[in-house]
Amino acid sequence: MKHKLMFALVSAALMSLPAGVALAQQKKADAKPAAVKLSDGMVKIGILTDLSGTYSDLAGSGSVLAAKMAIEDFQAQEKDRAFKIELVTADHQNKGDVASNRAREWFERDQVDMIGDLVTTSTALAVMPVAKQMNRITIVSGAASTPITGKNCTDLNVHYVYDTYALAVGTGKAVVKQGGDTWFFLTADYAFGHALEKDTTEVVIANGGKVLGSVRHPFPGTDFSSFLLKAQASGAKVIGLANAGADTQNAIKQAAEFGITPKQSLAGLLMFISDIHSLGLKATQGMYLTEGFYWDFNDETRAWSKRFFEKHKRMPTMVQAGVYSSTLHYLKAVKAAGTDEAKAVMKKMKETPVNDFFAKNAKIRDDGRLVHDFYLLQVKKPQESKSPWDYYHVRQVIKAEDAVMPGAKTECPLLKM
Amino acid sequence: MSRTALGFILLIIAGVVAPWLNIYPTFLMKGWCFALFACAFNLLLGYTGLLSFGHAAFFGAASYITGHALKVWGLPPEIGLLAGTVFAGVLGYLFGSLAIRRAGIYFAMITLALAQMLYFVWLQMKFTGGEDGLQGVPRGMMFGVIDLTNNVNLYYVVFAIFLFGFFMIYRTIHSPFGQVLKSIRENEPRSISLGYDVAKYKLLAFVISATLSGLAGATKTVVFQLASLTDAHWHMSGEVVLMTLLGGMGTVFGPVVGAFVIVTLQNELADKVGSWVQVIMGFIFVICVLAFRRGIVGELMALFRNLYQRPVGLSARQADVKDTKA
Repeated sequence: MKHKLMFALVSAALMSLPAGVALAQQKKADAKPAAVKLSDGMVKIGILTDLSGTYSDLAGSGSVLAAKMAIEDFQAQEKDRAFKIELVTADHQNKGDVASNRAREWFERDQVDMIGDLVTTSTALAVMPVAKQMNRITIVSGAASTPITGKNCTDLNVHYVYDTYALAVGTGKAVVKQGGDTWFFLTADYAFGHALEKDTTEVVIANGGKVLGSVRHPFPGTDFSSFLLKAQASGAKVIGLANAGADTQNAIKQAAEFGITPKQSLAGLLMFISDIHSLGLKATQGMYLTEGFYWDFNDETRAWSKRFFEKHKRMPTMVQAGVYSSTLHYLKAVKAAGTDEAKAVMKKMKETPVNDFFAKNAKIRDDGRLVHDFYLLQVKKPQESKSPWDYYHVRQVIKAEDAVMPGAKTECPLLKM
Repeated sequence: MSRTALGFILLIIAGVVAPWLNIYPTFLMKGWCFALFACAFNLLLGYTGLLSFGHAAFFGAASYITGHALKVWGLPPEIGLLAGTVFAGVLGYLFGSLAIRRAGIYFAMITLALAQMLYFVWLQMKFTGGEDGLQGVPRGMMFGVIDLTNNVNLYYVVFAIFLFGFFMIYRTIHSPFGQVLKSIRENEPRSISLGYDVAKYKLLAFVISATLSGLAGATKTVVFQLASLTDAHWHMSGEVVLMTLLGGMGTVFGPVVGAFVIVTLQNELADKVGSWVQVIMGFIFVICVLAFRRGIVGELMALFRNLYQRPVGLSARQADVKDTKA
């Protein structure tokens, strides 16, 4: 009995020896890059997104992958000068309360420094005030509403990719210029749909077009037949779809079934390449839409997108590209600021222009809006598409100053100062 | 000491000690809010025998009113909570006076229809923020002295609110009024023949239940600083039915247990399985209905009875009635 105990003790001591050495070595390694002061020894990034619902295609696991790639690339660039970075992810199920709950837990308990993606406006608006209260950073890539940099803006938030204003202006203006001067709106009957309709109407009228009328459908809707027939009867050249997600997809499918397209053309006011991919070119051909990123735009975008495609088997949407670019920009700012304290990092993020495949010389404005170029795109006909994901003609590059809501027009108090 | 008193003491000890056991306080607060909601619902389903399928209406309405009162009108939290609760009570009176004219499935359908109407009102109204909801509701200072931005303070306030609501329900059940409610549940025509104005009793039970559901919704708004459409959606009405049935309908402590089980599941599973949470919940519901119809607490109580008392010739239900009288 005694021998057994002795043996156990000795072997335990022997076994712990290498562990102790390893620990000491690690301590040494940890001590070296003292340049960056971090609150809990590492930078923690949270990607809060829709991993299972309607928006999981345009953000979801692709956004998580994009963030992972950004972290890996940053560590590869910096080599041993990099600090420890951890990525956490969660599904917010597109519910504001789930998102705010999770964000609070991440901030209070897990010391998360930055939350990214935040697809759907309700989740973004729910997390932003929590982050502000706890002095952490949010980078919105997935959500679209203008209040994010308008009346709900905070000084610790960046709205990185797109908003409804940019899309409405891009598509509205361009379509009128191309001869689509009479419009009819199919609008989702809630605040978001109304705002989209209002913004686009202003642009259409300002460019010499006419709005013949609009019809409001319940949100969420499945049967659009009576609304589409109204739109058809109006005789408008363009039917503007002031809705999103499944509503837009259903409306487009049903418009094709009713033979409304291609006699009248549709203009999607909030659409992504993932929507085109799932609807197919046959139903969507000829449609105009605006996006903040297209994978097949130049060599740089193609190079990054190919890397992304290899891992994800789908081309990146503008949201996913934005998550990569913004995460990398954030990490560089942490490095430059020498701390992960939110205000200092945000200052660096705003000082340094973003210069990568996603945006060229783009700066973050005081209200948090990243001012960058947009692209007016037209969906190709099936016979024009040469390879998978070859979906768009780039009709026009919309210059940043034309695409982004001018500072004087926003309601954000941070810009008024 | 009766078993109920023992249950109360255990509950209070658990509530007071919980935040010191390294359990995340916001999660606990969510649990207490839903526990109160489920208890209020149980008053109607378990003790009056009325299945309302629109209780989210009261929960959601109170959370919007409280959110608006705190955020836009800048009222102190105690007044904001009161405003939401009173609004839910008034709403309960309106819904109740319509719904109790019918019984059974028609009653459930009327409550569901009214709740859905209200849901679309919240979707359309400007002040609720529609799809986006109402965010950044300030927590403020309770009675001007208790700083609710501190999580520990807030926790004990929420727990106190829960205890208050819980005690109200307990008193209601064990009053002569509660006895009449139970007699309505057991045999409505007989209660009428005994001379009770059944409609009035049902309405009052409905209003109390709605008011306390409102209190739960209002408290939740203060905790999460957010009111959203989720609170008013019919999914929420379904969830509270599930909590009550799982914990044990018609038992005092059942809904509390049910609420915590569901909230824990949602919290733990959300990251791992995403929307499959809904499927898992449905599965649990099926198992609960098929295998243990009395719910967790109901089954435990039955087990204890079998072990120690073994009532001869009493069915489980009669035993329940006897037990709640005790």
